Amino acid sequence: MRTRLVTVLLALITALVVIPGPATADEQGGESLSGQIGQPDDRSQGVEGIRIAVSDGDDEVGADETDPDGNWEVEVPGPGTYDLEVDRGSVPEEYELRETPLVTEGTVEVEPGESSTLILALEEAGEDQSQEESSASPEDDAAEEDEDGAADEEDIEVEGVSGGFGDRFLQLTAAGLLFGLVIAVSAIGLSLIFGTTKLINFAHGDMVTFGAMMALLFSTGAAGLGNSLLAIFAGVGGAILLGAFLEGKVRSTPLIVVQWTAVFGGIAVATAMGVAGDSIAWEVPLWAAAGIAVVMGAVLGGTMERYLWRPLRRRNVAMIQMFIVSIGLALILRHVLLVLFSANRTRYSGFQVQDMVHLGPVSLPPRDLVIIGVAVAALLLVGSLLQFTRIGKAMRAVSDNRDLAESSGIDVDRVTLYVWFLGGGLASLGGVLFGLNQVVDYEMGFRLLLLMFAAVILGGLGTAYGAMVGGLAVGLVAMLSTLWFPAQLMQAWALALMILMLLFRPQGLLGRRERVG
Amino acid sequence: MSSDETTVSGAEDRMAGVEPVPGVGKPDPVLVADGVRRSFGGLTAVDVEHLEVQRGTITALIGPNGAGKSTLFNLLTGFDRVDQGRWSFDGEAINGRRGHQVARSGMVRTFQLTKALTRMSVLDNMLLGAQRQYGERMAGALWRPGWRKQEAANTERAMALLERFRLLDKRDDMAGSLSGGQRKLLEMARSLMTEPDMIMLDEPMAGVNPALVQSLLGHITSLRDEGRTVLFVEHDMDVIMGISDWIVVLAQGRVIAEGRPSDIKSDKQVIDAYLGAQEDEAEAGEGDDG
Amino acid sequence: MDILTILAESARSAVGPVAAIYALAAVGLNLHFGYTGLLNFGQVGFMLVGAYGVGISVGVYGLPVLVGFAVSLACAVVLALLLGIPTLRLRSDYLAISTIATAEVLRYVYRAGFAEPLTNGVYGLQNLSAGFRSINPFESAERYGFGVFNFSGNHLWVMVATWSLVGLFALLTWMLMHSPWGRVIKGIREDEDAVRSLGKNVFAYKMQVLVLGGVIGALAGGMMAVHQAAINPDQFKPQVSFFLWAILLLGGAGRVLGPLIGSVVFWFLMNFTDGLLRALGSEGYLPFLSGPDFGAIQLAFVGLLLVLLIVFRPQGLIGDRKEMLINVK
Repeated sequence: MRTRLVTVLLALITALVVIPGPATADEQGGESLSGQIGQPDDRSQGVEGIRIAVSDGDDEVGADETDPDGNWEVEVPGPGTYDLEVDRGSVPEEYELRETPLVTEGTVEVEPGESSTLILALEEAGEDQSQEESSASPEDDAAEEDEDGAADEEDIEVEGVSGGFGDRFLQLTAAGLLFGLVIAVSAIGLSLIFGTTKLINFAHGDMVTFGAMMALLFSTGAAGLGNSLLAIFAGVGGAILLGAFLEGKVRSTPLIVVQWTAVFGGIAVATAMGVAGDSIAWEVPLWAAAGIAVVMGAVLGGTMERYLWRPLRRRNVAMIQMFIVSIGLALILRHVLLVLFSANRTRYSGFQVQDMVHLGPVSLPPRDLVIIGVAVAALLLVGSLLQFTRIGKAMRAVSDNRDLAESSGIDVDRVTLYVWFLGGGLASLGGVLFGLNQVVDYEMGFRLLLLMFAAVILGGLGTAYGAMVGGLAVGLVAMLSTLWFPAQLMQAWALALMILMLLFRPQGLLGRRERVG
Repeated sequence: MSSDETTVSGAEDRMAGVEPVPGVGKPDPVLVADGVRRSFGGLTAVDVEHLEVQRGTITALIGPNGAGKSTLFNLLTGFDRVDQGRWSFDGEAINGRRGHQVARSGMVRTFQLTKALTRMSVLDNMLLGAQRQYGERMAGALWRPGWRKQEAANTERAMALLERFRLLDKRDDMAGSLSGGQRKLLEMARSLMTEPDMIMLDEPMAGVNPALVQSLLGHITSLRDEGRTVLFVEHDMDVIMGISDWIVVLAQGRVIAEGRPSDIKSDKQVIDAYLGAQEDEAEAGEGDDG
Repeated sequence: MDILTILAESARSAVGPVAAIYALAAVGLNLHFGYTGLLNFGQVGFMLVGAYGVGISVGVYGLPVLVGFAVSLACAVVLALLLGIPTLRLRSDYLAISTIATAEVLRYVYRAGFAEPLTNGVYGLQNLSAGFRSINPFESAERYGFGVFNFSGNHLWVMVATWSLVGLFALLTWMLMHSPWGRVIKGIREDEDAVRSLGKNVFAYKMQVLVLGGVIGALAGGMMAVHQAAINPDQFKPQVSFFLWAILLLGGAGRVLGPLIGSVVFWFLMNFTDGLLRALGSEGYLPFLSGPDFGAIQLAFVGLLLVLLIVFRPQGLIGDRKEMLINVK
């Protein structure tokens, strides 16, 4: 086997060496300068029509204008030092050119054979003032950073915070509670899944994204794609539920046949729906779409458990390797969602501009009150499920000690499946709430994942109530940190809290110290 | 083991006149523990007022499942942290030390579930036991001439031990390919590579093929005959009564009795707490005492 | 575009500077995971501090490039200590979570507004390679090589330097792993309690490995800075770590040459799929997809590669299947 591989490789290499290099011809074209200019709030959106001129001393060597994607390129005759000038008059009025050494000095060195990429950036008009001030007096930095942060796509937004310290404190506490509740709802599944299977589900964040995207899809018009997804999920979900209820009660061969019929039926219907396309179009209000998203999230969780994790556990795949599988899964899920729904950042329509409700010094839009209400209700529901129902008690038992639970007659596999259903559904719900409060985009779940990790470690890995407490704590710390520190460091403070916890009480707030040896 | 008679009586001589009461002092204790306490949640797992282990004897630690035997082992060897308590080994206080520091001071342990390093060869397993190796320092590792001689000497010693434990022909096999009993032997041989004064064996007979039990017992008595102290946890009463010089009985974390095998056999409390419970225990199998 | 051209271009980039840089970072990760079993999902964090160590020293303070690399290494040591002290005593899953989170938070910090005087925030730093190129022994305008394997002098210099570092650290790995030190390290991978019971300071060994592997990652980051001449924080997203994992698992974890072979094959596959997708797209065979989707599909492909490798070939291309199977954990 090994020798055959080597032979093939050698043959391939020889072939490639013999082929003359046509592909490299275009690269040899020579030296050039290029770049991309994007909008300040979303740099993937290009700005068209900005003129850039390159000159060598007094002679203009070339010029270009940015295309609709914001790209420009100027070829230069050879290596050397060139002057670069951006025509400020061609910059759209709402923007200004960001002052950087490149812009003010304008000289670029071009290396032989290189195509240099230059960074030119725009900013919102009017920001220029504070920019200059801040560079003159470092004390003003704090005020300026927040402004910067709000325009940045990677940050979590903090809205409507103003007034004196006391007011801001109360407002941020409210925001922190809300954020914490969202984290808590999403993180319960992560913690329970860890408790029952010892798996750290790195794909949990993308299950959150999935929920948010599904709610968006069904609330803004589900045509071919939505119908197809529904059909597949109905088929697979039906198959899993049939299996969970009937396994051991009926003969296995007919059950398997029925299950696979359901799966393939779902796929067949999905294909039909896809072909039908927009002819079957419908949409529902957001609350109903959220309901669909939660059910689909549950099915997604159940599918992963039934068709991936359970077989892997049966094969005795080591835990470390399972982590890697979950990372692979996260990459697949995230980028399939990206391909299906594009990288745009979207808000749920109809909830963007709302009159504030004033509760003393704290004012919140009604949608935030709804988020808080729904999250609290969900947490209470999950709490009573775990506390009072048989399946909930079984979940806690398995989470506490899988072997003991198994030996005392609990069907651990089935309980694990239900944990995944529950975790997937809650992750979806968390995604909808997070999307309602912030924006929906394909990386939102991954950003939340880090905070969920902090939450479950803070509360105690493997305990559902720990995730709730930890989520609230992380949300509050993240938001309140913005009182003193830049908003971009919110995540950093949550992480710092987690590291401190690991140093002094690694089992978390509600976890127990473990036996070793 | 034919030569045992004299040495056993020798060990017994040393224990002569020691009262069989919990917490009794020994003439030449190597390990002395005071007020060792550890609880998990609300449950007290270990609460030992005073315990001494006589040098050069085989001392057995017995007790029903969940009595805290393994926990006490973990605490004394630095693999778990106590809530409170002090203990000393060979006159030196070692509480608060971490596992590797305890091992370096001459008290080495084995585990209930054997920890053979499965993807390493038997010989590599052995060599890992040798102490103060120059080549185990990161900088020293790169300078081969610095450790080559020491490595050769260690290998020689490892070979001798492997021969004694009948594992010599397995030296190049992966440790993971050994049987359960052979792994126990390897673990014992590996701990001898550290040249310990005291060896603590956590259930050395668990999961061992009955044919190997006798040879394991022989190895344990020969450890004592070399002058080492052995403390071991075991369930099999025949084994315990057969080779122990002294027995300590633990129940619910406390020492409820200690004495010579003959004393323990007739101790009412022990029979109630442990021997009576052995029937259920046999059914329950290996519990969560790990 | 015909298939042969795509193949040739893919083969060329499989030995190019990028593959070399990833191979170097993967050598560090191999020390972490392959030999010691440390779950470092944030190797990109080390690359980030490495790249910015060079970037800030050279780009902001105008220091010589070698000083920049020294700063990189110092940053990596500090990061490894900060990361290791709280987590290396705990179960391995805590390290996994902490590393991925720390790397991501580092990226947030480096791109944050208040760090702009040093890092220039989201816009990043540029003009970083002049110093490195001034010691280039090759003619920067020349092209060197044969067949499809021809590179500009500048690229060749990066390649030679980086592949030499890869070779150097692969040799170091080999020497360390064939010493008593390496025996302890492999013992820790198998069962750290057993090693601890034999009197080895497991924490110190794990810390040494974390620092060494991190320093190698930082070197890779520094090479990235001098190769690209411009860096910005968003080049150091978590997927870089996942690429490194894919590379390591593809080549074979715990093998000296694993990262090397892994990187070459990985980048061949990446460039081949990319070329193929683009060629098919431009011919109109992929009506539902547009340019940006190709990148997403590739990342999904990396994810699939990770899953399939673990399920069907956990030992990678050059690993020993028997050795993987004997693992009972």
